[in-house]
Amino acid sequence: MKRGVFVWFFLCCFFLSFGFTKKVLAKDKIIVGFTVSQTGKLNAESKEQYNGLSLWKSYVNKQGGIYVKELQKKLPVEFKYYDDESSKERVQQLYVRLITQDGADFLISPYSSGLTASSSIIAEQYEKIMLAIGSASDSIFTKGYTHIFQIYTPASRYLTGSLDLLKAYDPKAKKIAIVFEQSNFAKDVCTAAKDYAVKHGFNVVLFESYDPGTTDFTSILNKVAKKKPDAVIGGGHFSDGETFAKQIFEQKIRVKLVSLLVAPAVPKFAEIGKSALYVTAPSQWEPKAKFSEETAKKLGVPWYGVSGDWFVKNYSKLYGETPGYHAAAGFVAGLVLQKAIEDAGSLKSSKVKKALEAMDLMTFYGRITFDKGDYYGRQLGHDMVYLQWQNCDGKLVKEVVWPEVAKSANFIYPYYKKFK
Amino acid sequence: MKKRYTLLWLIPLILAISLIPIITHSVIYRETVFLILMYITLAVSLNIILGYTGYVSFGHVVFFGIGGYTSFYLMHKFGIHLIFAMIMGGVVSAIIALIVGEAVLKLRGAFFAIATIGINEAIKSLVTNLSWLGGATGMFFNFKIYKTYGGAAKAIWFAYCLMVIVTIVSLVTSYFIKNSKFGYGLFAIREDEDAAIVLGVNAKRFKSIAYAISAFFPGLVGAIFFFKAGNIEPEDAFHLVKSIEMIFMVMLGGFGTISGPPIGAILYERLKGILLVNPLFKNLHMAITGLILLIIILFAPGGIVGTLRNRFKKIRSLLE
Amino acid sequence: MYAWIAALINGILVGLVYGLAAIGLNLIWGVMKVINLSHGAFIALGMFCAYFIFHFAGINPFLAVILILIVGLILGMISYFIVLHRVLDAPELSTLLSTYSLSLIIIGLGTFIFTTNPRAIDIGLGSIGIGNIYIPITKILTGLFSILFTIVLYVFLYKTWTGKAIRAVSLNRAAAEFMGVNSTFILSLSFGIGVGLAMVAGCLIAAIFPFTILSGAVYELKSFVICVLGGLGSPIGALVGGLILGLLENICALKIPVGYIPFIEFVILVIILLVKPTGLITKR
Repeated sequence: MKRGVFVWFFLCCFFLSFGFTKKVLAKDKIIVGFTVSQTGKLNAESKEQYNGLSLWKSYVNKQGGIYVKELQKKLPVEFKYYDDESSKERVQQLYVRLITQDGADFLISPYSSGLTASSSIIAEQYEKIMLAIGSASDSIFTKGYTHIFQIYTPASRYLTGSLDLLKAYDPKAKKIAIVFEQSNFAKDVCTAAKDYAVKHGFNVVLFESYDPGTTDFTSILNKVAKKKPDAVIGGGHFSDGETFAKQIFEQKIRVKLVSLLVAPAVPKFAEIGKSALYVTAPSQWEPKAKFSEETAKKLGVPWYGVSGDWFVKNYSKLYGETPGYHAAAGFVAGLVLQKAIEDAGSLKSSKVKKALEAMDLMTFYGRITFDKGDYYGRQLGHDMVYLQWQNCDGKLVKEVVWPEVAKSANFIYPYYKKFK
Repeated sequence: MKKRYTLLWLIPLILAISLIPIITHSVIYRETVFLILMYITLAVSLNIILGYTGYVSFGHVVFFGIGGYTSFYLMHKFGIHLIFAMIMGGVVSAIIALIVGEAVLKLRGAFFAIATIGINEAIKSLVTNLSWLGGATGMFFNFKIYKTYGGAAKAIWFAYCLMVIVTIVSLVTSYFIKNSKFGYGLFAIREDEDAAIVLGVNAKRFKSIAYAISAFFPGLVGAIFFFKAGNIEPEDAFHLVKSIEMIFMVMLGGFGTISGPPIGAILYERLKGILLVNPLFKNLHMAITGLILLIIILFAPGGIVGTLRNRFKKIRSLLE
Repeated sequence: MYAWIAALINGILVGLVYGLAAIGLNLIWGVMKVINLSHGAFIALGMFCAYFIFHFAGINPFLAVILILIVGLILGMISYFIVLHRVLDAPELSTLLSTYSLSLIIIGLGTFIFTTNPRAIDIGLGSIGIGNIYIPITKILTGLFSILFTIVLYVFLYKTWTGKAIRAVSLNRAAAEFMGVNSTFILSLSFGIGVGLAMVAGCLIAAIFPFTILSGAVYELKSFVICVLGGLGSPIGALVGGLILGLLENICALKIPVGYIPFIEFVILVIILLVKPTGLITKR
């Protein structure tokens, strides 16, 4: 008798906990679902990406929403999002929840390649379009997915421009040291950079990775100094990149070019003061990058969305800081989705997918087209810009120095100039 | 012999929970229940070494990772079917536990705990450096791999069903261990290892076997989890926080009991699920989890089941 | 050759920092037989204290250490009564988990308030150059502070009445009670000192390396290795353990891929635990 009561008690508790279910509403808005890393190690980057997305939402909704031809009306955009704790465990559960329970029409990926890979499986399974931001990995796009579209320039083309830059300014500089964080992203990028370097006649004198928790780089820098390279490229994420740059300066390593992933592209990088000077970095986008309607015209590609100035101005007004590329990519992911829905005139995945396949446009973030071959969905049109921290009236500023078409200032070479 | 009813309600309860998604065909329930089952198995297996034997395995997640990597590698490189790959994952975990246990089980108390953390970190670092295991990037499945199982959707259902079976087997195993001579030996070791040895318990062998069994199931779970996730990375496979979560579930439910860990696992998953989607608490769930853990340790060290057993003597045969 | 000398110098300096990070853990482990899993959280807290003191009051971390030590002492004593007092005599699992839950609470609240954004303190004292080797002054200062704190703690433990009482309690609590020592106070004081030192370590580390609220975990893991290397309960042991680890990291890095170093560290940890769990350097 007692036993039965007990069992029922537990069952009731269990079902009650499921009671937080919501009904799917009638179609009077477009629901975009995603997860944000509000806690855990990816919090900083993910937050910025979310801010960019939010700005897009208010931009679209101010216009009354996105016009959907099939329904003959404009639908406002609504976000549904959860915290993924920067960990893989919940991502799939939350994406399933977004699709089935919250009725998400379109998905945006979580931040980072690892989490994107996990959520891709769910998106693919339900045939939902997912725009991948914050994930530069190439490997996701070799897996036969057909609904995932990448906004970032992929890892294989991430750091190669630094080598082009070096070659253009100093054809004699041949010795390269590649030092990178043992993480998914950094490893992909640096392996690709190494292959590129070897192919273009550079001599890779050091190719080594460090533990993600590393805070003291002196031992690695000793090794670098021993090899006397012309350039040091690599890095990983923000914290390690910042420390790395700081310690290169403190130990006065005489190299001609320092190019690091992620960290120098973040405005906060300036807090390390003089250590930041002349460091270069690849960036998906920079406030100073000059992609405009004229660039679009020159290339014969249609222009879409807002201007770079508009974005920087409104973002700064809303969040009190200059946007980095995470924010820009967030905003552009929204724009791309908006354009695809308008082109398709429908909310159906299959139609929007066709619109994305056909897409070739220029935005303030650069050009957007997607691969339709073996790497289906991989970003094809967008290119990295390369920035350098320079001194402008006693203040540190980021200037775009490469490629030539987008540059805002001349490249200052070599790096060790500042030691004097 | 006392009459024991615990399994009589526990197994039907787990089955009932597992059937919800199958009957309703609801994917959202499936995801939730999958996590619940995964937590249950992890908690139950940890309980065998932690609860029965009293050895605090702080780095137990290492076996989850080893199982995951073994099976993922087999499936990815050789296209071996999930079932065989999973069993290999479990067996490799158990063998490594036997070898490692031979050495570290000599240590007692906190030293053992620190050593297990060390082992987890060492293996994580090793895997991160091995390029044939994908290094830091890890490995990704080709989407085509799911074709063998009838497409991704079916593959995930298949993984789910396997998880149900593994959970039930782990529960039954933990029940039979507890009520066997072997189990009594383990409890004797927990209470006083030296006395147990004097009384003729072969403590060394008992501990090793218990450790191996408690490593076997996380190996299976790791295999299924990463099959479903589609990729594996050292950061996810050897995440120390998961170890702590396992300990939390065991403590919440009641360590050393049979029904405690499953109850702890269910409550923990639900608690986390609710906190994470609640806008007010989602930024604070870590702190709240910590607070609850602290309260349990300080005021109810027996966990839910232990406290209930002390309070209500009549239901002891039900709650074990 | 230069590389070797540079590795040696840096090994010593970093080793001193590691030693400082481990002293607090070592003291608590030695005196109370408790492995303080909230050690890393308190290191992180120390980093943030230093950060806010530097940014809002403009006080240099090297001057703020005394303030932070006092804050840590008080926080630690309060934590002792909340978290540890009830479970001190329970099996290890209880103290491990209660300190861990404290860490969850601190890190959880910290993530909520500060987010996991990286932060850095740039006091920019420059570098000293010896030949081709450049050493940041902040690192040298931190090394000196580390030695200073070790000496002060050593004198405190061996020369003052309270220090002797701490050692007495760690050897035999009942006997110490008979001698008129208030063991509860002494235990809470030792926990307070341990936490205070952890926060001081955090404060000084923040002056050299950038950090986030999660940074403490790295130093906590290293501290385990150091405590095991150096032996428990003695401040000198922690310093020696730290030096060994620092030198190991820097010298090994010249010969093997840097990525393997954590693997080597943890293998050493496990081996030493197995071979000589009381630590490499112990007096008795």
